[in-house]
Amino acid sequence: MAAVAAAAARGPDLSARRLRWLALHAALVAGAAATLLPLVWMVSASLMPAGEAALGPRLLPSAPTLEHYRALLGRMQLWRHAANSAGLASAVTVISLAVNSLAGYAFAKLRFAGRDGLFRALLAAMVVPGQVSMLPLFLMLKGLGLINSYWGVIVPGVASIFAIFLIRQYALSIPDSLLDAARVDGAGELRIFWSIVLPACRPILVTLAVFTFMGTWNDFLWPLVVLSDSDLQTLPVALANLAGEHVQDTELMMAGSVLTVLPVVILFVSLQRYYLQGLMSGAVKG
Amino acid sequence: MRRVPAAFWFLAPALGALAAFFALPVAASLALSLTDFDIYAIGDAANLRFVGAANYARLLRDPLFWVALGNTLYFVALGGPLSVGASLAAALLVDARLARWKGLFRTLLFLPVVTTLVAVAVVWRYLYHPRVGLFNGVLAALGVAPVDWLGDPRWAMPAIIAMAVWKNFGFNMVIFIAGLQSIPERLYEAARIDGAGAWAQFRHVTVPMLAPTFLFVGISTGIGYFQLFAEPYVMTAGGPGSRTLSIVLLMYRQGFRWWNMGYAAALAFVLFAIILAATWLQWRLRPLEGRT
Repeated sequence: MAAVAAAAARGPDLSARRLRWLALHAALVAGAAATLLPLVWMVSASLMPAGEAALGPRLLPSAPTLEHYRALLGRMQLWRHAANSAGLASAVTVISLAVNSLAGYAFAKLRFAGRDGLFRALLAAMVVPGQVSMLPLFLMLKGLGLINSYWGVIVPGVASIFAIFLIRQYALSIPDSLLDAARVDGAGELRIFWSIVLPACRPILVTLAVFTFMGTWNDFLWPLVVLSDSDLQTLPVALANLAGEHVQDTELMMAGSVLTVLPVVILFVSLQRYYLQGLMSGAVKG
Repeated sequence: MRRVPAAFWFLAPALGALAAFFALPVAASLALSLTDFDIYAIGDAANLRFVGAANYARLLRDPLFWVALGNTLYFVALGGPLSVGASLAAALLVDARLARWKGLFRTLLFLPVVTTLVAVAVVWRYLYHPRVGLFNGVLAALGVAPVDWLGDPRWAMPAIIAMAVWKNFGFNMVIFIAGLQSIPERLYEAARIDGAGAWAQFRHVTVPMLAPTFLFVGISTGIGYFQLFAEPYVMTAGGPGSRTLSIVLLMYRQGFRWWNMGYAAALAFVLFAIILAATWLQWRLRPLEGRT
């Protein structure tokens, strides 16, 4: 389509250009509509009276109701799982930002023997899929008594090579002269990190905060394995369990899905500038 | 010289955590895959025996492993290119010179990426419902007979692929948009002066200039798609008749459902080897720069 657009820019024929404009936007609108359809139906079905979605394919509720949301948040205590998810995602985000920004900055700006070799080794390790470490990690955390506890979810998510990489790439652009001037003025390394490096890295830190929060919120396999106690379970795990018990309750399940998806969608829409920019810059540099 | 100890303290938390919760378990996993670790070993480590490569030998004889491997390769081989193709098409549309409201369309098309996989898998399970699902409703309106998407062995994996493409294409779309925007405009101008039409410009400017993006997108999508798990877990439980059983789902069942951890560790390593081979293959097959 870029090719089509390129041809359009060249063509002096205005009506052909208008036709292309229309075709392009028809395709965009159709694509966006098809993409949004499952999400729109999810919201719509969550507002249908119980049993209506099972009557046949339908797009809109006959009489919108909030009864399923009330049932989920009240009787079925889904708010507890929402609180688990929010708490875990916040904890992982805060701790991992601190840990990974320290390391990312060190790889970018501090000089020490073996720095570049160590960094390359870390990057190479990114190809190892998480499933490989999962089984022994479970046994280790079991030995430490962390299985079936919040820490069992938090601890493995704290250090991230990807986060270290992104922060390093960003911190490279901090001028050395700025850091050296602060050292000449007698500032300690931690003080320099806190008052120069962190403020300079603010955009990438916001980006990473959004990535980490969403990643932890949406994560499924590890919380499923670690949190067997129902009271501790995160929203996605609780939703998967609910889906097993309430297969017939389409409208209730859709309300549960909305409650699970909505917080991250709101977070994304409000911070999308940081999210998308971070993604694009990371991809181009990577 | 003062900086040497400083660097150590800056790195210690991250590297310590990576060593303890990543490097050590990966090494332990290799050791685990050489043992008969099962539910009895969880109770008492005295029941643990070193069995050499027996788990790997057993794996090669396990028909379920070959089914899971076949399913996973099917998912990657069909879902990967479809996903990348959809991403590129969407990126070309959104980034087209004539396109308006680019930011809005980009955000809307990206939305499935940020949604929770488990939640949208639940949604799609209902969309695929043979009697009351929206998809069969659309088919009925077009006069097509209903399809039992997740219950028909022929359709279950394509249905999961369609859902995965929908969920993921926005991510690579954004990467492609970044790639498209980094192509210098003068290359298109030069091509136009040479009389290149729209298709020729796409073929000889856009595609070669996107080569590094294709490589990044191909490798990262491959790595992600080989780890198929939540979709079949939620939508089909691996069925019908193991037709959507993936390697990670098999590993989860063996390891965390039946506690055959030695065998599950061997499965994890075989998956790792396959991912490594696929990544290496894409790296080797990458077009050399300047080859247009």
